[in-house]
Amino acid sequence: MSELLPQNQIDSFKAKAAAISHPHELIVDLLRAIQSHHGWVPDDGVLLTAETLGVLPIEVEELATFYDKIFRREVGKRVIHICDSICCWSTGAEMITDHLKKSIGISLGETTADGQFTLLPTCCLGACGDAPAMMIGLTTHGLLTTEKIDEILQQERAAIAAEG
Amino acid sequence: MNSYPQVLFKNRRPNETILLPEYEKNGGYQGLRAALKMSPAEVCGRVKESDLRGRGGAGFPTGIKWSFFPADQPGDKYLVCNGDEMEPGTYKDRQLLLADPHQLVEGMAIASYALQASIGYIFLRYAYEDCSQRVERAIAEAIAAGYLGKNILGSGFDVELHVHRSAGRYILGEETSLLNGLEGRRPNPRTKPPFPAQRGLFGRPTNVNNVETLATVPHILTNGTAWFQNLALNPQSAGTKLFGLSGHLNRTECFELPLGITLREVVEDFGGGVRAGKKFKACLPGGASTPYLTAEHLDLMMDFDPLEKVESRLGTAGVTVFDENTCMVAVTRNLNQFFARESCGWCTPCRDGLVTISWLLDRIEFGQASEDDLVMLKDQGRNIKGRSFCALAEGAMGPVEALLRLFADEIKDHIRKGCCPFK
Repeated sequence: MSELLPQNQIDSFKAKAAAISHPHELIVDLLRAIQSHHGWVPDDGVLLTAETLGVLPIEVEELATFYDKIFRREVGKRVIHICDSICCWSTGAEMITDHLKKSIGISLGETTADGQFTLLPTCCLGACGDAPAMMIGLTTHGLLTTEKIDEILQQERAAIAAEG
Repeated sequence: MNSYPQVLFKNRRPNETILLPEYEKNGGYQGLRAALKMSPAEVCGRVKESDLRGRGGAGFPTGIKWSFFPADQPGDKYLVCNGDEMEPGTYKDRQLLLADPHQLVEGMAIASYALQASIGYIFLRYAYEDCSQRVERAIAEAIAAGYLGKNILGSGFDVELHVHRSAGRYILGEETSLLNGLEGRRPNPRTKPPFPAQRGLFGRPTNVNNVETLATVPHILTNGTAWFQNLALNPQSAGTKLFGLSGHLNRTECFELPLGITLREVVEDFGGGVRAGKKFKACLPGGASTPYLTAEHLDLMMDFDPLEKVESRLGTAGVTVFDENTCMVAVTRNLNQFFARESCGWCTPCRDGLVTISWLLDRIEFGQASEDDLVMLKDQGRNIKGRSFCALAEGAMGPVEALLRLFADEIKDHIRKGCCPFK
């Protein structure tokens, strides 16, 4: 398994936690840092967070399982969040979602066999003027059409290949 | 299309973010300079006098909220900006922060001074990484220029701002959940009282305002309360409002418009009318929790009090329009699924009640419902309304009640025909 977080970042979180009176406020930041580096937060990531900040593992876990954008299970190299809230729904999100599912061959909540993509539904992304919309990683893509999705998937596949 | 005074969007250009020099050139930080020449109580008084009402959805008068704050209590006090913006149909704060983030920074510096709360947190949702980066850059520019940090502009007052990046979930927009989120506690809502002004973040006095509310404050300090009041078309109201248009319109953009503008002007002129030449059927006037308006409401003023008179709410002014071919049972089903999924699970009426409503709406939409299900739907509503721990379930019932009130025939049609008549 790849490393959870580089040592210099762990040290920096330790120093920050020591300098403030409420180290709990760094839990979400640290979980996000681990996820950004490692892709998701395994049990060891929860333990590392607790140990680094000097808090209880259960106090980390009750946050990690609350937030829908923290992944406690392994996800693909790219997580696609497709919006299913009202503005996207009213402008064709169901059709867009079907096209996504067919294009990568999985259903909502699944990861492709090659480990490239995870497809998840999400509530409103705040891109209602550009509906229908989805988010890949931290980037929002709006005004989706089936053609635009094909183009974005192609770019993402090329980027993943380039990362090795 | 009428052209109205632009305040929050006066510096806005497509795909650009205004940096400090241009913000200053266009009058930026004059509001902070004016505020620092007054006493904190005078600044609060000015905001109260302006009749500014909260832009986050509830419309509570900002100056009155500030007047409840124990500004003279010694020790740490906090100012929190609510940038969770997860109400479906709402994307105005993002537009504001992408275009001109210094307005928020300046507004927070003024509010910090008025409330004597030196530490500020800007809470931003996970999907708004673009905003987080722009706000952090604006904060860095403001620190370098002496608008933030120790002894701002030589006033002897310190302001420290932090950005908190969240990790999802609609419930964090509820202010006490948000405070738990900032503290790194499980973000269930807290019991009120004590209100955040008494015991908020880390148990200390805390004032929570929405992004747009705080960004409006500098303009009131710079241009005065009479100017602000005159911006509204409704003489009983004050200021402009960001309207985010979405749904079946030709133009789904975010506009800054005067409060009191008619729904017709918003839909027909700014929204360019319903797309594909279809007729207007209904809209959510201000996000997923605001009861529907229909064609009979087109000449109403889009403002807090006028919409409450017709059992709806202005909410966030994120207007989502539905054309004549839209099934309102299906719309309500989609909205309710959102609320059911985003329920934090803390209280039973919300956790179990919304799922039951979803199940009943499924049965109606798919033609499996009988009159008994309709009775049960109404019963569920009564069991949820006024019985949930926070406003989430209360908000979820907005569209359900409006469906029962305005589209009873459509529900009956589903039951009678045993299918969705729009398919």
